[in-house]
Amino acid sequence: MEHYTMNLTLKVWRQKSSKDKGSFETYQVSDISSEMSFLEMIDVLNERLITEGKEPIAFDHDCREGICGACSMYINGRPHGPWEANTTCQLHMRAYKNGDTIVIEPWRANSFPVIKDLMVDRAAFDRIIAAGGFISANTGNAVDANATPIEKDKADAAFAAAACIGCGACVAACKNSSAMLFLSAKVSHLALLPQGAPERKSRVLNMVQQMDKEGFGSCTFTEACEAVCPKEISVANISRLNKEYLIAGLTEEK
Amino acid sequence: MLNSKIPAGQLELKWTDYKGHCKLVNPANKRKLEIIVIGTGLAGASAAATLGELGYKVKAFCFQDSPRRAHSIAAQGGINAAKNYQNDGDSVFRLFYDTIKGGDYRAREANVHRLAEVSANIIDQCVAQGVPFAREYGGLLSNRSFGGTQVQRTFYAAGQTGQQLLIGAYQQLERQISLGNVTMYSRHEMLDIVMMKDKDKNGNEIGEAKCRGIIARDLITGELERHFGHAVLLCSGGYGNVFYLSTNAMGSNVTAAWKAHRKGAYFGNPCYTQIHPTCIPVSGDHQSKLTLMSESLRNDGRIWVPKKQNDTRKASDIPEEERDYYLERRYPAFGNLVPRDVASRAAKERCDAGYGVGSSKQAVYLDYAAAIVRYGKIECGKLGISNPSAEVIRKHGVDVVKEKYGNLFDMYEKITGENPYEVPMRIYPAVHYTMGGLWVDYELMTSIPGLYALGEANFSDHGANRLGASALMQGLADGYFVIPYTIGNYLADEIATKAVSVDDPAFVQAEKAVRERIEKLMGIKGKQSVESFHKRLGKIMWDKCGMARNEEGLKQAIAEIQQLKKEFWSDVRIPGDIKEMNPELDKANRVADFIELGELMCKDALNRKESCGGHFREESQTEEGEAKRDDSNFQYVSAWEFKGESEWQLHKEELIFDVAKPTQRSYK
Amino acid sequence: MKWSEFFTSSVGKKFVMAFTGLFLISFLIVHVGINACVFADMYEDSDNGEMFNKAAHFMGSSYVIRLMEIGLFAGILLHIVQGYLLEVQNRARRKQGYAVNMGSQGSAWYKKSMGLLGTLILLFLIIHIAHFWVPSRITYEETLSQASYNGREMHDVFSKMADVFSQPVWVLLYLLGCFSLAWHLLHGFQSSFRTVGVHNKKWLGVVHSAGVAFSIIVPLIFALMPLSFYFGWVTTTTK
Repeated sequence: MEHYTMNLTLKVWRQKSSKDKGSFETYQVSDISSEMSFLEMIDVLNERLITEGKEPIAFDHDCREGICGACSMYINGRPHGPWEANTTCQLHMRAYKNGDTIVIEPWRANSFPVIKDLMVDRAAFDRIIAAGGFISANTGNAVDANATPIEKDKADAAFAAAACIGCGACVAACKNSSAMLFLSAKVSHLALLPQGAPERKSRVLNMVQQMDKEGFGSCTFTEACEAVCPKEISVANISRLNKEYLIAGLTEEK
Repeated sequence: MLNSKIPAGQLELKWTDYKGHCKLVNPANKRKLEIIVIGTGLAGASAAATLGELGYKVKAFCFQDSPRRAHSIAAQGGINAAKNYQNDGDSVFRLFYDTIKGGDYRAREANVHRLAEVSANIIDQCVAQGVPFAREYGGLLSNRSFGGTQVQRTFYAAGQTGQQLLIGAYQQLERQISLGNVTMYSRHEMLDIVMMKDKDKNGNEIGEAKCRGIIARDLITGELERHFGHAVLLCSGGYGNVFYLSTNAMGSNVTAAWKAHRKGAYFGNPCYTQIHPTCIPVSGDHQSKLTLMSESLRNDGRIWVPKKQNDTRKASDIPEEERDYYLERRYPAFGNLVPRDVASRAAKERCDAGYGVGSSKQAVYLDYAAAIVRYGKIECGKLGISNPSAEVIRKHGVDVVKEKYGNLFDMYEKITGENPYEVPMRIYPAVHYTMGGLWVDYELMTSIPGLYALGEANFSDHGANRLGASALMQGLADGYFVIPYTIGNYLADEIATKAVSVDDPAFVQAEKAVRERIEKLMGIKGKQSVESFHKRLGKIMWDKCGMARNEEGLKQAIAEIQQLKKEFWSDVRIPGDIKEMNPELDKANRVADFIELGELMCKDALNRKESCGGHFREESQTEEGEAKRDDSNFQYVSAWEFKGESEWQLHKEELIFDVAKPTQRSYK
Repeated sequence: MKWSEFFTSSVGKKFVMAFTGLFLISFLIVHVGINACVFADMYEDSDNGEMFNKAAHFMGSSYVIRLMEIGLFAGILLHIVQGYLLEVQNRARRKQGYAVNMGSQGSAWYKKSMGLLGTLILLFLIIHIAHFWVPSRITYEETLSQASYNGREMHDVFSKMADVFSQPVWVLLYLLGCFSLAWHLLHGFQSSFRTVGVHNKKWLGVVHSAGVAFSIIVPLIFALMPLSFYFGWVTTTTK
């Protein structure tokens, strides 16, 4: 891999607080190494801003290895930037060349209000999980782990859905700000496992209800969510969610 | 002074006996008892959820935007459990023994045995919650092996085991939140504990001071909050970020534990840090963190360096006979699967001797070429392909490796830009885990009554070196199966204690101290950024208190850290305001604590003039360069009591080995 | 869960779209089948629209079918109203938009333009209904000449078609309508099935292929009608 350095123009959304209106600021950064991660490039800029007596850019990040789901930048018109199956923190600067202009925005959706700069509030996702994204198994009640064999294909499919990191890129990418990919990943994960069966109906009904309450849009299968999902969660999960919802809605007696 | 409260009796009956005799709290009383949980990783989320299920009123805090982001999520490889599903001779005793031995005989027997006992329940519990562990075609659970063991007892979910376990615990936590048993405070950071004495009928203080609450800061508004709790659980993780570069998350910090330490909780074995052998090497000064490549890769990968010093050839140009598979050479019995401390030191030894690879020469190769051929041949056999060409074998082999480790390989490629299916990965050790932590007794209570420490935040189960796939096990064991019993034993005596008003002078005083410290930090208005101090601290720690330590270096380090501390408190620059979201201020608070901790770590390392596990004192090694323990002088836990700035008092907890008799650890 | 809750949730609203969509797809099959009778004149020059007129007459004379027609209009109306409501609601979910839009990164333009395509189809539908359905079913317009086969009097819709499609402006407009329909179907067909829960990979493949085929074939046949009249491939006269 050849390494190189580059100079870039950054247009970054700056917003002091949720009450502030916010606007774009333009920054020039120079001598950025192609080996840096995207967030390390922001770190460099922030260090400079601090020495200049300005406020650094606030953004969510934590693990920086693509699994915690905290990072959330909308880079040049795409959540998490240009790479497929990738999070912002895993994006590296070799994706760019000298002279590029990069526009960085926060996730945009009414349900994800901006807290500061590029930081948004994704607590709505937690509330959706709290509405039913679990199996009610109190500690101490479990039978032996191998008591119920689970078809490997199903276990694998459940895992593929459970790989969701809750970053919200699906919502950010969707023209309807729909959270259906997130929701369906959880519903599918639990519906595919025999342990999830007892609460299958109430789970999907309650979670959809909460999603609606949070103000997310509906799914029109544009598949933009799947295209930007760092964990490549399939939109087939949304169909499975719909099936679960249809059956639950029609057969529940209440 | 130090009472570890280890129950009497036979080792394998201690926990059963304890559970049979500990005090209980009846359901009506549980409703009146409030518990604060700091951190929502595996230990915190599982504890908060389980205590909520039991009926306690729980408040959970995390600094992240959601409890699901705690750094347990990044654990890759797996979780150990003595299930013996593979029929390969595993048992509770073997898991216990491997863990004690792996920890180089510096852990408590009773704690470790309990851990091994409950390990099987953890797997059952997680499966019941819907954790999608890897399975065989028959539908039963799959296992793999990890370093330091000779059985297959590691359960896993691809390379995302930590994520799946944490999501399982998080879902249980969210369920308790929806039921109203747990109140969640995310984007909140604990900045101090609140201690007070009980009062008798006449309002006179009696007994010793107990932990009765916390001061937390709402990170969005910057406001300080007071929260009361009958007990406080610190599940705030480890302190590997004291090295600046580590595999920890950017936000992982020691602040909660350190505040407790300053208020009187002893810090146990602070110098025990784990350097993980397989991480992606540093690429330059801009590096903000390091990324681990799961230990599971050592199952199939082979580690080597060139036999020639300063060899600049590409890996593919170095013929087989000119490669030194140094782990296989030095440790034929365990080969590439020696424990982490051993593998790390061996890599450092080779690199220091001039055999390192890559542009920095601070890396060794982790090679999958042989595994690809081996798996390819097996696949071709299965498919009945006779006399397959090398290309066909390779193609099938790559498919198998992709299935097993695909996500790890992808991650490597994203970071380095190199294709690990084509060229061997370059790896180097990096700080990963801290075995040390707050000193706790058998009940996981610190030396402050009512204050507990769970998971990586405590020191208890891994001795001087943690085995792979045991951190997840310990976090969940503490949260799901230990604390629900042991906390009852304390709270049973607290049922008469009414919730104390947060207007109590103890709360007011604690909040005032926290506010003053924040104001002091903001008032410095110096020239250097928080990050620059953190980097300097990290360099001192890595150079002088890292993989190898010696007396002279440690003494220097202590002096340098003291100097750094002075500089920090006179020249740090924190932009922004207090009453707003201010990540730089949050970081400054944490780095200030890391600096103090760094000093204590060096002090502890200086005191321990032996080598054990992850702690390698150059003065104490065998002729072959292996770590040499000194059981007659150092078979104890160092529990440090904070006495004032740069002042600590050492308390020793003698370690007694009734069952697992200490021997020289050998993986040859 | 009450019925009202079921159909008014975000997923329920999509069910309404999908079920009405599927219903309209099935109508398209009937519609295209009957209208394809105009091509009988290409096969048998003396047909001059007899087969088509008879079929059209049948569709208008039976009470059962008239009743179904009400259902059809209800379906169309529901599809339109719900479609617009969803479009408006969904757009309002992001009050502050992006400075740089995603464009076609990740999803094709037509998948994101169902509202626009639907509106084009609606405009076309209004003209289409005004051309044929209103005169034959509502106003019984004089312009609609009568045809007589074996003594049975019926509307000569065929002649009306020949009349309308003799004017290039209508031919062009109808082609545009068919074009919009094709793109609308290309997404709508498979999306309807996925919305009502088809998630099995094998079946998704079938749905996808069927959807592409349907979206090409049906609008193409429709499009051939104005073209056939305009270019004289079908005529009201026998050569």
